[in-house]
Amino acid sequence: MPGEATATPIRTTVTLSAPNRGPDRPLPGRIEIDSIDARARLQAAETALLDERRLLTTDELAGLAELPDQWVTWLAALAHQVRLAWCGPEVEVEGILSAKTGGCPEDCHFCSQSSRFDTPVKATPFLDAGEVLAAAEETKALGASEFCIVLAIRGPDEKTLRRILELVPQVRDQTGLNVAVSAGLLTDDQARRLGEGGVHRYNHNLETSRSYFPNVVTSHSWEEREATCRRVRDHGMELCCGALIGMGETDRQRVELIGQLQELDPTEVPLNFLNPRPGTPLGDAQPVAAWEAIRWIALFRLGLPGVILRYAGGREVTLRELQAMGMTSGINALIVGNYLTTLGRSADEDLQMLADLRMPVGALTGIL
Amino acid sequence: MATSTRYCTGCGRSEADCAGCGRALDPPRFCVACGRRLTVAVSPGGYRARCRDHGEATSEPAG
Repeated sequence: MPGEATATPIRTTVTLSAPNRGPDRPLPGRIEIDSIDARARLQAAETALLDERRLLTTDELAGLAELPDQWVTWLAALAHQVRLAWCGPEVEVEGILSAKTGGCPEDCHFCSQSSRFDTPVKATPFLDAGEVLAAAEETKALGASEFCIVLAIRGPDEKTLRRILELVPQVRDQTGLNVAVSAGLLTDDQARRLGEGGVHRYNHNLETSRSYFPNVVTSHSWEEREATCRRVRDHGMELCCGALIGMGETDRQRVELIGQLQELDPTEVPLNFLNPRPGTPLGDAQPVAAWEAIRWIALFRLGLPGVILRYAGGREVTLRELQAMGMTSGINALIVGNYLTTLGRSADEDLQMLADLRMPVGALTGIL
Repeated sequence: MATSTRYCTGCGRSEADCAGCGRALDPPRFCVACGRRLTVAVSPGGYRARCRDHGEATSEPAG
């Protein structure tokens, strides 16, 4: 673990421009970091998070983000200890359902459900209640405690909001699952009605930092998303506010996003890795390299020590054989089964992975 | 004897034009029998893909 060694350290010098860093990682320059400096940065983070129990500053996080690849295992080990100390050993399992697919008027450049791009995803109307309930039952059978109803819309109109408010108690009462909703931008009154209507958690992702957001979405602003996130919290729902890594943002912008999430203080942060979708503006992007993904899982945990940090879309494509390592690098929740428009690996594989890691499955609400 | 053209479930082009571009973790998006775009519903435990003319499509992932 960082900080345990007391012998005279061997001084080595590594540059950040090593050829195996992967194509996704923007190089901040040829910064040289020796082993004494690297260990000092890790030691300071360990002291802050495990002894002082305070959040790291964005400058401290930026310093950790600069560590060369050989230190990623140390970042991961510290992140795992931080997760255990702040959140405990439980892993929360969730199922998600795209209840209204495609045809979205927004232009999020990563999304195959935007009507502005020619993608293979065909728009379909709101599923009927029976289909939603069947999917919730599937979710329960997979061992989950949370079920999220997701709609590809800018925000709900009155008819849609009423349908959501009908569905939420039906799903909760029939399955016993906590019911989450993701339905885009909300007005203050809509947030109030959803909170009063029993929505346990509302998902609204920032996706990326304020400074990079205009590069990936132009049909609405980062500030509109932030305002919806605040309304969710104001009206008593748990805030689920996620990130999407790998859209061309710099390391600094990833750290900026962590800082912005610290300010919003969400209950849950789903961590997505770009799975480039055919027909979207980001369709030809390179997926994040696996080792980079481990680095950023660890950094998100170190920056957001008390959140439910959930494996979300793209983990199979990005991490491949390293998915179990992500679970020991700060992740403490996962989406089980399929995603909104793509498939996931089998639930049996995920549940076996958790058993192998001796990580108990449990609902995290109320623990944190 | 009529020959039946088959279509890529990833992009909808005929097999002569595309050897199969669907990815392992994508459900089929186009009908293998006619190349028409499918109505696909993905749920946590599976998916349903339906063609307007050919009914329920294969339950095998595109590949």
